Formats: sequence, structure tokens, C-alpha cells
Amino acid sequence: MEIQKTALYNYHKNLGAKFVPFAGYEMPIQYKDGIVKEHISTRTHAGFFDVSHMGQFFLEGDETLIESLEKIIPADLKNLKINHSKYSFLLNNEGGIIDDLIITRTEKGFCIILNAACKENDIKQISQLLKNNHKHLLNNNLSLIALQGPKSVEILDKLIPGVANLKFMTGNNFNYAGEKLYVTRSGYTGEDGFEISISNKKVEKLIDYLISNEVKPIGLGARDTLRLEAGLCLYGHDLNEKINPVEANLKWAIAKKRKEVGGFNGWEKIKDLLAKGSEKIRVGIKPDGKVIARENTKIFSLENNEIGFVTSGTFGPSVNAPVAMGYVKSEFSKIGTSIQLEVRGKKYGGKISELPFYKKSYVK
Amino acid sequence: MSEKKFSKKHEWVSLDGDVATVGITKHATEMLGDIVFVEVPDAGKAVEKEGQAAVVESTKAASDVYSPISGEITEGNKAIADDPGSVNTDPEGASWFFKLKIKDKGEYDSLMSKDEYDKFCKENPS
Repeated sequence: MEIQKTALYNYHKNLGAKFVPFAGYEMPIQYKDGIVKEHISTRTHAGFFDVSHMGQFFLEGDETLIESLEKIIPADLKNLKINHSKYSFLLNNEGGIIDDLIITRTEKGFCIILNAACKENDIKQISQLLKNNHKHLLNNNLSLIALQGPKSVEILDKLIPGVANLKFMTGNNFNYAGEKLYVTRSGYTGEDGFEISISNKKVEKLIDYLISNEVKPIGLGARDTLRLEAGLCLYGHDLNEKINPVEANLKWAIAKKRKEVGGFNGWEKIKDLLAKGSEKIRVGIKPDGKVIARENTKIFSLENNEIGFVTSGTFGPSVNAPVAMGYVKSEFSKIGTSIQLEVRGKKYGGKISELPFYKKSYVK
Repeated sequence: MSEKKFSKKHEWVSLDGDVATVGITKHATEMLGDIVFVEVPDAGKAVEKEGQAAVVESTKAASDVYSPISGEITEGNKAIADDPGSVNTDPEGASWFFKLKIKDKGEYDSLMSKDEYDKFCKENPS
């Protein structure tokens, strides 16, 4: 498959981006400032992220569309209000996570934001459940820009008046440069901020404005350190098809009503796990010293029994210490439990930690 | 102290009598990005030319640091293990990685000069 580029590719290049192939796209990993500075400037001012590689998948249809989608998505879509969003998943028959996503109710149906690496398969899985009168479209004419950080609201509201009134996980249509665009108050950094769905033709103009307001470009590197500090999962690392939402410690994301009534893929298994608890569970991990426990690091008990593995690990610039997430046997998942991490053949101490590592500041 | 010599794996070496000081080059730190973890060898450890001797990690990934010269470690720089970010600020000065007693000065002589190394980096961009 030919490597794809987002509409902002040349813009990133001019900003001094270093590119890496990611999910079939050539994406900026960092710019001139580097990961730590990009991370800090997002937390203290604001940063923008080109996340146009993610799928913007639109669905339209009558009430039977909800029935179709609820078979694979365990959110309460029936009671999701227009312009409200939920974090949810696509589930396979065993309750394993095919992808994690944000679904928003639109006037005509739904918009789902899908991970770039999964979007093709996601659409295949969803399409199988749709009826003839349901329409769907992966809109590649749209870019998606995340604006994140404490100054985001002030900066964006000056350009697009009214966005300041949005609450976390809600959105609306706005006018900008003679075009309609859709803005949600959301993101994946643990900061207040927005995701802006804008036509490829207008996106450079939006970025010009953000840069003139000292909003820094932020690459995938800092996106990873930011989301990990915020305790958020990265699909393909912390989540995959063999992991279900109970194990992933994401049972909160299954709607209460759906937990009781079911009717979605893997419900029986999930219901069972909700009652009994799962054998392993996702936890936060803080190594004791400076050592970084990266993905696939083995986790041991103090008695030297292997009890789990790390799925994401890095240095957290705002925590100013290494942070990690991983799966351990549930009996070792209590906050504060001492563990050992095997890095380069040596065992280092660590503790099961609360998530997030960095306190979120969403506007609810 | 002798002039600095350079390896293709982006380490530098300076020589004082039979004790060599080894660090990573400015070019290496620019490729690595923000350095957040360093592990240096303990005194007494024997290292081979181009053998793994230390570890450096950036926010992105972990990399091995090789010794461009064989010998016995006399000192690891604990200061950079305590403050890994200092390697980004002064890689070719205060933030050296380790010192070792060398066996064969010929290994030092065969490394690249500053000019040769700069040329090598230009011809082999990351």
C-alpha cells in the first residue's frame, strides 16, 4: 500500500517536522522543539495536533441504525443526545476490543472517530450490520485538528465565537471562513481542548491562525507522553482484540443500561466478568527510580513470580518521572502494591499506581 | 588530554595517558531527542571494542552506547545517571559517559578525526 499523507503534510515539513510512518501515513513524530518541550507547551499553553489520519466515519439512517450499531458498540446510543459524544468500542463476539472510538450523535445519525490503523477493518465490521437504507461514508475530504491545553478555549473562541460554551464531550456546527465546520470539546491529552473537523481546503488557514497565537505544533511523540500521563489507552498497545473492556479497566465506558440488558457482541462473557472480576486487569505503574519500563517489559511479584507485562511506558515530562501501564493478575492490582520490572535482564522496583498520573482538567 | 576521536556509532573518545574518556556526540543527542534515562557501567567492568557499555534512553526509545575502544572501566559518570537531561546540554563536555583504562592505543588511532566524523555524518544522515 502506498504511504498516505494528510492535507497538512507540506505544512508540517515547513515547520521542521520529523516524519515517521504510522498506520500507513507519513506523520510528524516531533518538530524542532522536541517531545519534552512540545509536551510542556501543551500543558501550559496550547498545542495543535494533526490527527487527520484518523477515520471520520459518518452514518445516516432511521431508528434501525441504532439497533444495528448497538450490536457492536456497548454505548447507550438510543439515549445519546444530538451533539453529545461517548468514548466506546467496537466489540467482537468474545467481547474483545476491535477498536476504541468516540461516537457523536449528529442530526442525521452518528459520526465515529476511528483509529487510523483500524479504520478499514472497523468499517468492514460495521457495514456487515447495516441495512440497505443506512448510508455510510468515510469522509477523506475532512481534516481533524486537535487543539489541546489551557489556552485553547480563549484562542479558539476568538476565531470561532461560541465554542467556549461547549461542555466536555459535546459538539456543534460552527461557521468559519465561509464554511461549516464541526467542533467538539474533547481530546486525548488530559487537557481542556477541542477537536475540529474542517475541510482539507481550509485547514491551513486555521493552522495559520493557531500559530499566530503561539500554539505549537505537537507530534505523535508528545501525543503519546500526554495521553499516557492522562491514563488513556493506545489501541494496538494497551488494547487489542484479545482484551475485553473489563480487563482493560474500562467497564465505566459500557452504558449501565447496556450492562443489564445486553444485546451486544460478547455480552454474556462481559456480564460474567463484571460479576466475578477478570483474571488480569490494566493498571498504572510507576517505576521507583528513573528506569523506563517500555512495552513488553515483564512484571514480577516480590516473590519473583511473573504476574504481567507492560503495554505502554515512557518518561512523563509533567510527572517528571517514568510512567507505564500494563496488565497484571488482578490480585496484584491494588494501588500501592510493590512489583518488580525486568529491564535489560535486571529487576527494578515499582508500584501499582493510580491512573491518571496527571490530573485531568476537563470542563464539565 | 588528546584531541577527540570519533566512532561511526557516534561516540567520542579523548585520551589522557592510558585512560580514555568516552561520551556520545552532539549529533547523536540531536538524533535521540530528549534524554530521560542513562545507565553507566561500574568500575572494574571489562569492555570490548564496539561492545555494549552503557544505555541511553530518550522519550522515544532505548539505545545502547558502545565502547569504541577496549579496556577496563575505571569510572562511570554518576552525574548523568542522576540528571539524564544534562547529556543534551553538554554531550561532549561534562556529560561524558565513562572512563576506561585502554589496552591498545592503536584502536584509538584508528578512529575518525573531527573532520572525518563531520563528513561521515553528512554522508550518513539518520
